[in-house]
Amino acid sequence: MAQHDDGGTNAAAGSAVEHSDLSDPGTAVVSSDAIQNPGLPPHRLRVTDIDPKKEKTAERNVYTLFYLSIVGSIFAVAAYVAFPITPGNTTSVRLNTLFLGLGIALGLLALGIGAIYWAKNLMRGDELTEMRHTTRGSDATRERAVEIFKEGNQESGFGRRSLIRNSLIGALLAFPLPGIVLFRDLAPAADPAKLLSHTMWKKGTRLTHDPSGAPIKASDVTLGSVFHVIPEGLIGREDALEQKAKAAVLVMRLEPDLLHASKGREKWNYNGIVAYSKICTHAGCPVALYEQQTHHLLCPCHSSTFDVEHECEVIFGPAKRPLPQLPITVDSEGYLIAQSDFHEPVGPSFWERS
Amino acid sequence: MTVTASRPVEAEVEPISSGGKFTTAAANYIDERTSISGLVKELGRKIFPDHWSFMLGEVALYSFIVILLSGTFLTFFFQPSMAEVVYHGSYVPLKGITMSAAYSSTLNISFDIRGGLLFRQVHHWAALLFIAAIGLHMLRVFFTGAFRKPREINWFIGFVLFVLAMAEGFTGYSLPDDLLSGNGLRIIDGLIKGIPVVGTWISYLLFGGEFPGNKLVAEFYSIHILLLPAILVAALGVHLLLMVVNKHTQFAGPGRTNDNVVGVPILPVFAAKAGGFFFVIFGVIVLIASLFTINPIWTYGPYDPSPISAGTQPDWYIGFADGALRLVPPGWEFVLWGHTWSFNMISVIIVLVVFLGLVAFYPFIEGWVTGDKREHHITDRPRNAPTRTAIGAAGVTFYAVLWAAASSDLMATHFKITLEGVIHTLQALLILGPIIAYHVTKRVCLALMKKDREIALHGYESGRIVRLPGGEYIEVHEQLSDYERWRLVSYEDYTPLMIRPNRQGKITGAERFRSSLSRWFFEDRISPITKGEIEQGGHH
Repeated sequence: MAQHDDGGTNAAAGSAVEHSDLSDPGTAVVSSDAIQNPGLPPHRLRVTDIDPKKEKTAERNVYTLFYLSIVGSIFAVAAYVAFPITPGNTTSVRLNTLFLGLGIALGLLALGIGAIYWAKNLMRGDELTEMRHTTRGSDATRERAVEIFKEGNQESGFGRRSLIRNSLIGALLAFPLPGIVLFRDLAPAADPAKLLSHTMWKKGTRLTHDPSGAPIKASDVTLGSVFHVIPEGLIGREDALEQKAKAAVLVMRLEPDLLHASKGREKWNYNGIVAYSKICTHAGCPVALYEQQTHHLLCPCHSSTFDVEHECEVIFGPAKRPLPQLPITVDSEGYLIAQSDFHEPVGPSFWERS
Repeated sequence: MTVTASRPVEAEVEPISSGGKFTTAAANYIDERTSISGLVKELGRKIFPDHWSFMLGEVALYSFIVILLSGTFLTFFFQPSMAEVVYHGSYVPLKGITMSAAYSSTLNISFDIRGGLLFRQVHHWAALLFIAAIGLHMLRVFFTGAFRKPREINWFIGFVLFVLAMAEGFTGYSLPDDLLSGNGLRIIDGLIKGIPVVGTWISYLLFGGEFPGNKLVAEFYSIHILLLPAILVAALGVHLLLMVVNKHTQFAGPGRTNDNVVGVPILPVFAAKAGGFFFVIFGVIVLIASLFTINPIWTYGPYDPSPISAGTQPDWYIGFADGALRLVPPGWEFVLWGHTWSFNMISVIIVLVVFLGLVAFYPFIEGWVTGDKREHHITDRPRNAPTRTAIGAAGVTFYAVLWAAASSDLMATHFKITLEGVIHTLQALLILGPIIAYHVTKRVCLALMKKDREIALHGYESGRIVRLPGGEYIEVHEQLSDYERWRLVSYEDYTPLMIRPNRQGKITGAERFRSSLSRWFFEDRISPITKGEIEQGGHH
């Protein structure tokens, strides 16, 4: 326990940093030849301590700032009335924000600066010294604390009656369990892995414009163009956003001989028109940036890049899997339709996916 | 209260001012019912040391108060619901569009409530300042070693506050249900789904079904305005209480010892400065909010899983996590035993948890290496703890590279360089940067210590050249005053740990590891000068 011999300001000799705390210094070097702390340097008076005129000026500055603060607050109230918001007029919103804000800011800043100025120039200017004490309680206090625990233990028999103690610990561990169960019904009763494996697309679903919902004729898809596509029937559905988050598709048209379709997927395009999931296989952002010249799709979130010519395989970035392809064809009226759903889950990977 | 007794060194008795009668009566009334005079006696003249860097924690505290005030105002108007509504408010470009009630009410706050936009921006700017101030405050505490005994626990509590602040920021950012924040949530969804075994289910429950679901805003609202603030306020209370119990650290200086606190008393000077500073912080935030737009959600539009704009970025404090996702090398995802192992997500989670874990537990690690069980109230100058400062610089570099990576696409477009080049450079920097930063910082610290030692021993160059009778030219060195010298020579000095067998005559693996860490920490050391050296140095 540290002992403080005096409450004085001058330090006793010791190591470079004095320690009256006699705990184990570890690998610290305790030097007996260290330089001594010279003690507090003499206090330098401020100009306001010496010159009564300067003091008077400082005083005037402080109350001027406080009055200015009042002006600012009143100005803010006036601005609230004087700069109303007219519906549809964004300039009125800007002016309201600006002048109300400036008034409040003046009220606050003048008040704050005034108080600090007062403290720095007019309040007592020299530094005071207070002694520290080691953080641990005194020996007597600690002994008493131990004693109290012992008494508690004795009087309750907590340590002695082990059956009571252990069953208590068991009960305390068990009581939060219902809390965990309670969270099950945050989501409806279904298997999320199954839900993630299907989208709205099925055989014959028309490809429609996002967001208008107008069907797309194959003849409208010119070379080099890109269409943001949603399935027909999506608009108006109660779960439209959830469905869209899985079913959003990009349609592009390339020269058919540029497409390198693998076996079994040769018929998934229609005259060079291909449809790929728009949902990134990395974290699920929309892969919305299409480079017309290189036929690359870029995800703006984490820069995963997919090559449309090679079935949207990953050519750069953290994504691993290619964007799933939606097999498409045309119906009798020449509109683009899906041949089926995607053949694999779209979007970010998940544990149950294989 | 376990506050240690404070002894005002120079008690001053001021005469009771006029009008003191009412004050006396009121004080008596309250004290007879609350015993509050004890608190005033304990705390009223408590001493706070002064240094500009001690202000950073205050900035965090005061911006948090601004967040609470502005946030409360916003709750009166915000509707935390994802129910679909058709917008009929004042903002013309979005009229007639279907959106969530959350987004619609945020538009109403911005365009129909006087001062609504102002206080949305106050809230957002204050949040950004809050997290920035916490970060700087942590760096100050780290680099000055103010986390050492007895403050290790308070460092940890501060770390918890830092994480809570980021969680508050992210949940708040997501509430307006706009396109930008929705894409942020989409990434969180992808990240969670990548967690082995439980990921799919956590995502499913969090979003109340499939993404985006209709629950999240209501959930995040409860978490954002109730759960997290309650924990934050409690942890903040303990943080401040421990600061009072431990008393504030101070820099080495003449008259400042490990056993005293030199500074200004709470009443009146510190109260006036700190109180005034609160209003200054509040004022600066309102000023920024009235002049600069932040998060203009009306330009993004309501959330829709399909559109996105190039150059999407989260708020700056989440940048390091987003950047980490971007720097994962290609192809880190495998199918094994019928399950998908998304190491492009898992590795990010591991890296961030390990990094934050090292931050959280650093004081305990350093305390174990030095074995120093004494209390430390004199903060280090960063140069006087070269290895710690170098570790800190390496950590900052690591964080900075991750953070920069969140803007990889913007860097590529702005500087007209390839995106691949930016990513590959940052990947290399993530590994090499901290190593370079470590070595450079350590050498710079040691060089500065040598320079300090030189100056303390021989004084500083006066620029006065003198020719001696023998024809020799020398430059006259001015000696430092005792006060100036003290600042340069008062620091802790440690030696590397020598391994010694324990009582059983064994050298444990842990001790061996500790010894190697200790060597790494203290091998290169420059001892503070001693009285003897000064006496010799004088006759130079």
